[in-house]
Amino acid sequence: MTRLTPTRAWAATILFAAFAILPMITQALGDSYLIVIATRILAYAIAALALDLILGYGGMVSFGHAAYLGIGAYAVAILGRAGITDLGAHMLAAIAVAAVFALITGAISLRTRGIYFIMITLAFAQMGYFFFVSLSAYGGDDGVTLNARSTVFGQPLLENNTALYYTALALLIGLYLLAVAITRSRFGRVLTGARENPLRMQAIGFSPFRYQLTAYVISGCMASIAGVMLANQASYVSPSYMDWHRSGELVVMVVFGGIGNLLGAVAGATIALLLEEWLALLTRHWPILFGLILVLVVLYSRDGLSGFFRSDRS
Amino acid sequence: MTSLFLLQLLNGVQFGILLFLIAAGLTLVFGIMDFVNLAHGVVYMIGAYLAVTFTSMTGSYGLGLLLTLPATLLVGLVLELSVFRRLYDRPHLDQVLATFGLVMIITEGVQVIWGAAPLSVPMPELLSGSVPLIGAMRYPVFRLVIIAAGLLTALGLYLVIGHTRIGMRLRAGASNRAMVAALGVDIGKLFTVIFAFGAMLAGFAGAMVAPVLTVDPGMGEQVLILAFVVIVIGGIGSVRGAFAGALLVGLVDTLGRSFGPILLRAVMEPAAAGQAGRVLAPMLVYILMAVILAVRPSGLFGAKT
Repeated sequence: MTRLTPTRAWAATILFAAFAILPMITQALGDSYLIVIATRILAYAIAALALDLILGYGGMVSFGHAAYLGIGAYAVAILGRAGITDLGAHMLAAIAVAAVFALITGAISLRTRGIYFIMITLAFAQMGYFFFVSLSAYGGDDGVTLNARSTVFGQPLLENNTALYYTALALLIGLYLLAVAITRSRFGRVLTGARENPLRMQAIGFSPFRYQLTAYVISGCMASIAGVMLANQASYVSPSYMDWHRSGELVVMVVFGGIGNLLGAVAGATIALLLEEWLALLTRHWPILFGLILVLVVLYSRDGLSGFFRSDRS
Repeated sequence: MTSLFLLQLLNGVQFGILLFLIAAGLTLVFGIMDFVNLAHGVVYMIGAYLAVTFTSMTGSYGLGLLLTLPATLLVGLVLELSVFRRLYDRPHLDQVLATFGLVMIITEGVQVIWGAAPLSVPMPELLSGSVPLIGAMRYPVFRLVIIAAGLLTALGLYLVIGHTRIGMRLRAGASNRAMVAALGVDIGKLFTVIFAFGAMLAGFAGAMVAPVLTVDPGMGEQVLILAFVVIVIGGIGSVRGAFAGALLVGLVDTLGRSFGPILLRAVMEPAAAGQAGRVLAPMLVYILMAVILAVRPSGLFGAKT
């Protein structure tokens, strides 16, 4: 179901090309705030992509993916304070910690199904949230402001907003291609099979648990990279990255864009964040409108907004 | 030390009872309707806010509480008839999203109506005293009233579910929904009743804690996630499990926060123990959940996975 059809390849090219020329447009408009929003969108797109990998292809509704955003963000803050400022080191640390966290919590959560899985992933993310809230050395509830962004080869290149934007875009494109490769591989097919019919997969000799756990760990690691980007974008890290509302928003993004077609997650993140920004301009109480839209979309459109973006599938 | 322990034990039981009131409605909805309701926590919050308003309107906490019960029942009815009813046969993902949308609407709506600043309900005069515990230690009457009210509710639920016709239908609905419907029970009506009743229990919990906790827009969320932990530990659909799970979570959380650092001090130096205790204590209930799930994936009283 995830053949990189010509249509999809074209759609991906157009979407990413649009992102690539965006800084030139914002420069022409002289609006420097747009690039900040766009960087946030790219970071969330990475996280939504990661979530879609397990939600769309593995059928695992994780309601705790914000935990990985937090892990990535705190990797930047904690290593930065220790004097290690290299972006590569930050990402490696984020990925390593995310992998361990995902391996442990995933192994426990995947023993269960359905509602249990949703609630347990949510609970584990909340555990991470409280861990960082009580970590008073890093500001506890208030969080901590970063002294500087991550460095690349010892150079403070990312202090430039446009450079940070392109770094995020490069990461997003790289991870998108990786995700497409994963879903097209034998591994991805087993994962989809395990979603469709775990019993039958077991009967033909695959252990769904192992494949699902591996996918869960990969997804967590990818989402932690989004956390690294978010921390750099805001130059600020706090437990609010792990708030369960954030996890919910990630699920919303994936659904808005269309479940199980990777590119949709990128589009969904863009739509959801732009909608938020726009509604926030209209009223201080924008969550009421956002929530209303969400409820109506779920109630009145069986495929969510995805129907509009998924003309090539029934 | 013993009296401090007793004090924290009572606090833990009181917290557990509170969690039970919320988890009971949630577990029934989960177990019977296979429905994920993230909006249950905000109903608890609405209960607390309504208690604030009704108490200041009538000038009496008792009357305020009495008015809150039918009001939250009504809230439950409205939510069920307008939104939830359409979601029962949808995938869990849709249920999660729609109820998440409701959480956003209600949490923000509450701030529009009552403001973002924390509110409080004055403690009713009659129940504002304290009773002597061991020695000089005293315990507030109102917290004992919360414990008593929760225990009475638990007893009532036990009797209704175990020994009445509607309870029988409810249990039957939990084990085989289709069969019960085929035998002529209006399952839709049953769902509505259970749902509204669960909302009332949550509202009751919110109104009960309004005099002892601050009423703020974030109060529902912390409790919601702990109620999930309770249900996962107790086993989905089991009210008995919810009761055991709630007491366990209440006790572990409360005792862990107060005695964790003290216990750690026995094996660590004081400063490190204090820090580690503060970090570990809020995580204890989740670790407890992980351990129980590792041993019994369907929870303590859960029948099936």
